[in-house]
Amino acid sequence: MKPIRRRSDKPFFLVMGGISASFVVLIVLLLAADVLFTSSQDFADALGKPEIRAAFWLTMLTCTVAAIMSVFVATPLGYLLARFEFPGRRIIDVLVDIPIVLPPLVLGLSLLILFHLPIGPTQWKLETWLRDDVGFPVTYRWPAIVLAQFSVACAFAVRTMRVTFDQINPRAEDVARTLGCTRGQAFMLVALPQAWRGIVAAGTIAWARALGEFGPILVFAGATRMRTEVLSTTVFLELSVGELDAAVAVSLIMVLMAIVVLILLRSLRLGLST
Amino acid sequence: MIELCDVSVTIGQCHLNRVSFKVDTGQYAILMGRTGLGKTTLLETICGLRHVASGHILVQGQDVTDYSPGDRSIGYVPQDLALFPTLSVAEHLAFALRIRKCSALETDQRVHEVAEMLGIKHLLQRGVAHLSGGESQRVALGRAVSFRPAVLLLDEPLSALDEATRDEMYQVLRDIKSQTRMTTIHVTHNSDEANALADLRLDIGSSNLVA
Repeated sequence: MKPIRRRSDKPFFLVMGGISASFVVLIVLLLAADVLFTSSQDFADALGKPEIRAAFWLTMLTCTVAAIMSVFVATPLGYLLARFEFPGRRIIDVLVDIPIVLPPLVLGLSLLILFHLPIGPTQWKLETWLRDDVGFPVTYRWPAIVLAQFSVACAFAVRTMRVTFDQINPRAEDVARTLGCTRGQAFMLVALPQAWRGIVAAGTIAWARALGEFGPILVFAGATRMRTEVLSTTVFLELSVGELDAAVAVSLIMVLMAIVVLILLRSLRLGLST
Repeated sequence: MIELCDVSVTIGQCHLNRVSFKVDTGQYAILMGRTGLGKTTLLETICGLRHVASGHILVQGQDVTDYSPGDRSIGYVPQDLALFPTLSVAEHLAFALRIRKCSALETDQRVHEVAEMLGIKHLLQRGVAHLSGGESQRVALGRAVSFRPAVLLLDEPLSALDEATRDEMYQVLRDIKSQTRMTTIHVTHNSDEANALADLRLDIGSSNLVA
């Protein structure tokens, strides 16, 4: 009979921890490099530029509008996908994910083509109609930024809302219907109040995605200073004119904004699990 | 009174074929049968949550087969209770009354009447997250009877309770029966429950349902 051997779990934790640490260390090094490269004076200089201040406020505004629009659309769509089997459901499920996997520049180009595609014998164009008849031009203006951000952010919000409603027991809505609710009342009075954390999470994710959006904005809204410049385009514009210090300072501002959003999201998830 | 006439339902692997029975007003029917034969599906069909392939469901003599669940005057307590996590106990008892746009006074009176009957007056302001099994069961019952439905459907209401709580719940169910005269269908596997409560026994077999 073999003697009893005392074995250790240390190799397991060393291997697993070592592999895991490589990614964590990479992120920490990236952030540390940015912090070491820049100085408080660079921050002050960057924030002193009227273009960058305008870009900051335009970023805040467009991200917020895109996030609100995303939640408004994602809540009913996520609910329908989570609760009902209907013709075309699988196709819609795939379509919703397309903005997530599409190369950003392609998405921007697709938006540009959609708004400028001549249709029919009259050569009707969506952009021309919006500009001349509605009085609301989109392309190369701030609404184009919101639409470009919304196109991607909404896809993430739909995924979040779908998971949220998947996790909510539909039996409660069934019971509500036996108590006299229509489907609409069951949704508003029973499902929606339970989904509030998911709604906040979807809004936060949509906001964070909108913050990081660059490719579609560059193509569809352009990068005109003081007009269609958001922080992601600021980094690009500052780099293109050789202002590396300003580009890094703006990048760190975006990192700080993202960290705030991630902390908010994490606290919500902790709240959900308890 | 509730009557099923040749009701057939198919949900996934579950087939109910030409089910017919009648429970008279005020009667307490116990529905028994092996697991997987479709007892829950039958209750969900009666309250309108499942589509009827053929046949008719009559409540108080009125054909409600095509009515939406909320228009059938049927109170339903599912096996998992499905309480509303964001509402208090009082809000559960008032839920159906508010949907029916009852006045605040009428709602308040009925909430207290139901809470008194079920012995949950002291719980009215509490949320439902930390209620015990017996307390949750009473809240689900109160929610189902609050709007004075013609028929009450109970899906294994006592299965998750300990013996002492179950004995208490027998009395609660007897009180509901005597005070409301509601026609009740109660699904269970437990013959003790049937002995304690049944006016009528229904056995669901492999192909049909017999009284």
